[in-house]
Amino acid sequence: MTTATDTGVTIVTTLRDEVTCRVHVAGQGPPLVFLHGAMGLAWDPFLDSLTQHYTVYAPEHPGTSPGDPHAIDAVDDLWELVLHYYDLLDGLGLDSPVVVGHSFGGMMAAEIAATDPKRVGKLVLISPVGLWRDDIPVAQFMQMAPEEVAEIAFADPGGEIAQQFFALPEDETAQQDVMIQNIWAQACTGKFIWPLPDKGLRKRLYRITAPTLIVWGNEDKLAPPQYAEEFAKRITGARVERLDGAAHLPQVEQQASTSRLVLEFLNG
Amino acid sequence: MKVSMFHLMPHRELPADFEQKYKSVWVDPPFPELADAERVGQYYNWTLDELAYAAKKGLDGICVNEHHQNAYGFMPGPNLMGAALARETNGTDVALVQMGSTLPTTQPPIRVAEEYGMLDCISGGRLVAGMPLGSPMDANMIYGIAPIEQRERYYEAHDLILKAWQSREMFAWNGKYNQLGKVNLWPRPIQKPHPPVWVPGLGSYSTWDFSAKHDHCYCYLSYFGAAAAETTMKGFWDHAAEYGLKENPYRAGFLQLVAVSETDARAEQDYAEHIEYFYNKCLHIPPHYFGPPGHQDYNSLEKGIRSGRTGKLLEELGKLKQYRYKDFVDKQFVMAGSPSTVREQLREAARKLRVGNMMVLLHIGSMPHDLTLKNIDLFADEVMPHITDVWDDEPWENEWWPERLRGPRQQFTPTRG
Repeated sequence: MTTATDTGVTIVTTLRDEVTCRVHVAGQGPPLVFLHGAMGLAWDPFLDSLTQHYTVYAPEHPGTSPGDPHAIDAVDDLWELVLHYYDLLDGLGLDSPVVVGHSFGGMMAAEIAATDPKRVGKLVLISPVGLWRDDIPVAQFMQMAPEEVAEIAFADPGGEIAQQFFALPEDETAQQDVMIQNIWAQACTGKFIWPLPDKGLRKRLYRITAPTLIVWGNEDKLAPPQYAEEFAKRITGARVERLDGAAHLPQVEQQASTSRLVLEFLNG
Repeated sequence: MKVSMFHLMPHRELPADFEQKYKSVWVDPPFPELADAERVGQYYNWTLDELAYAAKKGLDGICVNEHHQNAYGFMPGPNLMGAALARETNGTDVALVQMGSTLPTTQPPIRVAEEYGMLDCISGGRLVAGMPLGSPMDANMIYGIAPIEQRERYYEAHDLILKAWQSREMFAWNGKYNQLGKVNLWPRPIQKPHPPVWVPGLGSYSTWDFSAKHDHCYCYLSYFGAAAAETTMKGFWDHAAEYGLKENPYRAGFLQLVAVSETDARAEQDYAEHIEYFYNKCLHIPPHYFGPPGHQDYNSLEKGIRSGRTGKLLEELGKLKQYRYKDFVDKQFVMAGSPSTVREQLREAARKLRVGNMMVLLHIGSMPHDLTLKNIDLFADEVMPHITDVWDDEPWENEWWPERLRGPRQQFTPTRG
């Protein structure tokens, strides 16, 4: 994974001080919170692009911080995970920041914005999960082999960007670190979306008041792009942008276009 | 030593190109394409007949287990089989070893306590209560339990079941996963304080720890034979010693595939195709099915990857399809041959692994009914009598066997089939 900019790390404790949350902080400007997907946080050029205009806060999901795998035990269910984010925003002293979420992080961003609308100034959902339609089931990617996931998550699974995304370090210990982190990140996020990522968000989305942008890759086979409209029709005034040449990770596969769309929306 | 016959209840007639044509034997195999319900009825009845026959031939126990959407073993309700067997074997002193109802996926878990209670009552106190955690395929992929919660659910279900069996008063259970306002179990098992508990495992540290902590019998259920089990069983015994537990061999169980014929050469003729069917078709499972994220707790995950054990295990699984009969026998995945070949290997394995509760898989893969009865006959007549005394030179009591059945076996005159 690309590490573009050295980020600072801030620690915030949440949930009766049982979770020590590491938050990567970089950039200048108004606050923007980024919630990562099921595979864990990777600081990448997309986040770099946001730091040009915003102070980006990127928390690590409980249990995914190196050396602290059992933090997840403090979070029993989805409701507690939402409370964890309320505590986190309070701890960081952020009053209605921009919240950007990708995939599982998109679902959580929507949960925060729906359950306590004033906490979120503007909302950006990049291929979020959280809804379900029987005719276009969301892929059960945690139960697939890595090569099967690559096929559905990338528009060009054989391309350089996908290859780089899945590349493992050469050093054996570092390689083991990455394997353990990847698996454990999915264990900790999977707790809230197993076996299907439909936990009732459909019934809560109407409460969102933040101006909302929904970004989707046209070739997403993990969460098919029709879900963009499913989100949009439940969130008043939401705007949908779709991208060609991208699947489930438009911010990786079409980074420049995604950054441009997001920044135009936020600055507009 | 107590010796029990294990049965998986496999599909016995999968097509020759099964492993080329289908993704997996477990989770995905399409029933309408691969099976016929009338024929499946025959498999179930053969399975019951074979276990009942083993009971009458003098095996100490008969074992069934629980799997779902699995062509190599489809007894989704092990207690349905157990009920039929309890009734069929009444009047004998065979143990019903239910290996068993999967705790985290039985809701509410007192259902396990109730059904085991029924089996113990029907059988006159002959139940061994297996308490499996559940495989990742069954519990996570099919029954929808979030992998990271599986163990915690298991621990809670275990505590609830044990309390429900023993509490004289009605109680409320305010658990994390189960809230039951009025627990007042009907029926209670005959065996007091409760039937012996066996915990099946695959070598994880957490399961050794759990078995040792609760003083249950730990059973290593492996398809890879005694030779490959030494490290695992040593790990278990080291762990038990750390807990200050006595080295009573009956606190450990082990599953071994066994195929007996008149001579070693005849065994190959009889069993080679069925053993190859088992390892090539019945274990045709994509490696990643074994590891949905969170099924292993963090410590086991980290230890497995850093020690290379996880990689090695997956590599071994990958090699199975290249192996032939000779490999399976040489590696002792299966103990196959004449009675003398098998009895020597089993005695040695029991001593080496320090196992007092031996389970033998006498029906393997595609074995037809008649051949299975032959295997049971030869095992019961020519192998059993030479191995049951293996621990008699040590002063241990099998505390994990139904109390009424700990004495010498009664004699029966069995009728075949």
